[in-house]
Amino acid sequence: MSNSNVTRRGVLKTGTMVGAGVALPTIFTASSAAAYTNEPTGSSVTLGFNVPQTGPYADEGADELRAYELAVEHLNGGGDGGMMNTFSSKALQGNGILGKKVEFVTGDTQTKSDAARASAKSMIEKDGAVMITGGSSSGVAIAVQGLCQEAGVIFMAGLTHSNDTTGKDKKANGFRHFFNGYMSGAALAPVLKNLYGTDRNAYHLTADYTWGWTQEESIAAATEALGWNTVNKVRTPLAATDFSSYIAPVLNSGADVLVLNHYGGNMVNSLTNAVQFGLREKIVNGKQFEIVVPLYSRLMAKGAGENVKGIHGSTNWHWSLQDEASKAFVKSFGTKYGFPPSQAAHTVYCQTLLYADAAERAGTFNPCGIVEALEGYEFDGLGNGKTLYRAEDHQCFKDVLVVRGKENPTSEFDLLEVVEVTPAAQVTYAADHPMFAGGQLGTCNSGS
Amino acid sequence: MDAILLQILNGLDKGSAYALIALGLTLIFGTLGVVNFAHGALFMIGAFCSVTVQRILTLSFETVDESQKDFLGNPLKVKTPYVESWFGPETGAAIIDWSVPIAILFAIPVMLAVGYIMERGLIKHFYKRPHADQILVTFGLAIVLQEVVKYFYGANPIPTGAPDVFKGSFDFGVMLGFEANAIIYPYWRLVYFGFAALIIGGVFSFLQFTTFGMVVRAGMADRETVGLLGINIDRRFTIMFGIAAAVAGLAGVMYAPINSPNYHMGMDFLVLSFVVVVVGGMGSLPGAVLAGFLLGILESFASMNEVKSLIPGIDQIIIYLVAILILLTRPRGLMGRKGVMEE
Repeated sequence: MSNSNVTRRGVLKTGTMVGAGVALPTIFTASSAAAYTNEPTGSSVTLGFNVPQTGPYADEGADELRAYELAVEHLNGGGDGGMMNTFSSKALQGNGILGKKVEFVTGDTQTKSDAARASAKSMIEKDGAVMITGGSSSGVAIAVQGLCQEAGVIFMAGLTHSNDTTGKDKKANGFRHFFNGYMSGAALAPVLKNLYGTDRNAYHLTADYTWGWTQEESIAAATEALGWNTVNKVRTPLAATDFSSYIAPVLNSGADVLVLNHYGGNMVNSLTNAVQFGLREKIVNGKQFEIVVPLYSRLMAKGAGENVKGIHGSTNWHWSLQDEASKAFVKSFGTKYGFPPSQAAHTVYCQTLLYADAAERAGTFNPCGIVEALEGYEFDGLGNGKTLYRAEDHQCFKDVLVVRGKENPTSEFDLLEVVEVTPAAQVTYAADHPMFAGGQLGTCNSGS
Repeated sequence: MDAILLQILNGLDKGSAYALIALGLTLIFGTLGVVNFAHGALFMIGAFCSVTVQRILTLSFETVDESQKDFLGNPLKVKTPYVESWFGPETGAAIIDWSVPIAILFAIPVMLAVGYIMERGLIKHFYKRPHADQILVTFGLAIVLQEVVKYFYGANPIPTGAPDVFKGSFDFGVMLGFEANAIIYPYWRLVYFGFAALIIGGVFSFLQFTTFGMVVRAGMADRETVGLLGINIDRRFTIMFGIAAAVAGLAGVMYAPINSPNYHMGMDFLVLSFVVVVVGGMGSLPGAVLAGFLLGILESFASMNEVKSLIPGIDQIIIYLVAILILLTRPRGLMGRKGVMEE
């Protein structure tokens, strides 16, 4: 007869403890063992790239992913180094970040807030991502930014243009390199004044969600300050595909300018419909009718084809810029992939470099260290001239480009031309500006 | 008054697309008893027939132009379409310009084949299964088809222009004595409306005035008796499936210049078209056409500012609201027959 020490009570006790341990999300166990969420302990560090891989913005997401892979290659010392060579900070040495090799995982936001949160959560909890970045929609960016704040990781926003991302929904762990609706308005207004005068009647068609609302508010405020009159502001459902019934009444309203606060498929369809209705050939109030698309994207301009010709808008960056940094990035990206990068690719590449640089300068991946290193940080050499990451709202302040659909493109990428580089000072606003009021930045959360 | 006329015009055009898709949908339901949720995908494939023809016609060869540079500073590779080098620049450009109407010729055999393969390969196995199974399998098929299209053509919309002569808009207002620009309407949308009327007329004439159509109609009314008379009704119904697919496909081909085709455009139309069929009456062809135009016009009215300011968000729910009202007052839909979907 053998004597066993295993008792029924012992098994139950051990089982309960193991069960509780397994059931406990790794996010809590990680924070209890480490100084901050997902502190890298091995020879590598994992970044989470959360981009739309399916759904309507999948092409934009694919371009973001290309830029992320390029950034990782450069950070790890591969390729020609791209904008690391032109970046004003020389902290990055091409040996990863803080000596750790950069690895990455990807998630699919599907351009849906819940899917984006789920993929970000999975990358933080399962893959141990120490930073989440990406996205191509403000709704998604705001949702993921909130999640990262709670989880104690840094969020480096991708393409998000709503004032709210660094306005009422700003978070201490979140940072935005991309410009916003207010800046588009401030950059476009002087150009529109020169082109179309001060006596104009504008009609707004606006996508009915956070980005559309803040852009409409920004553009209307900027053009009204010029003396323009806003005839009407019409909200269109995000799911709308045919805009004819919204466009048809425009001419009859007395408006002589149509402002399309639309992005993506909405923009392609509304602009195509407006051109079909012959709006641009009409003379109203004795003036040529004009269309303005405040937020332009080359990938979207491609979808609208020749309808974009001669139409003005603003953009965060364009591959035709001739500064050394932009040229280095275009060369690096173009050589690897065979076509020039989009503004989405540019902003996410910059965000990755900025995060890596902040970690190097802070000497840690601790989110609170990163926040401290990025707040009030001034840099140059990333394609937008001198740039400030403002401490009060974590928004980058830099030059904004006013662009126009090119009349005679020489290639399928040559769709927009830069007509004005609006200096950063002209698009800077007070941190407590009413359009950005309502939220608190709070304090950084390291998850510990 | 002019605003009302304008929205009726708009609605006719929107209704044309709804009616064409719903017509095919109800044709399949009426003949084969199958609820085909892949019908929107057929519309999308039609639109991509336009894109494909445009791509074929613009197939180009490259020549290096040393005097121009590309974005990397290398000599620019200039693309010249083969058709332009074969037929001369002017004729070639004209052929490319007319790629959408040319795509009709391409789409008819393609869509008939797609419809035939779909019916023989998948749907025939679901004739005797519950409607829920049919909906699931066809919905799944629609997702597969749209992912296949996305794989080959990408997620972004692809501009597919109408011929130059149809660009711009026609001023109805001036004709009716209103001010200039009061009622304008794009030429291509007028073409689309005319095309839809032609197809709808064609389908009705085919069913009404041909022996084939007569047998199909008899089969729709009483499949068993027609079968007992020694007529192979199944084969005819398969052909009808092909025709219904072609109708949806042609609706898509001509729709391409209205909104740049993208891979999920079928889904955008599917749910609405299904509502159109239900409102019109399951299995009723005139009902589908009537409901298509009716809901198209109502949707246009609901997106007027005056209406939206009274009831915010009405433009997004109007179709479903009307569907509820009609189903409450006329459970079989506007022109539904007794006994359909009622066992």
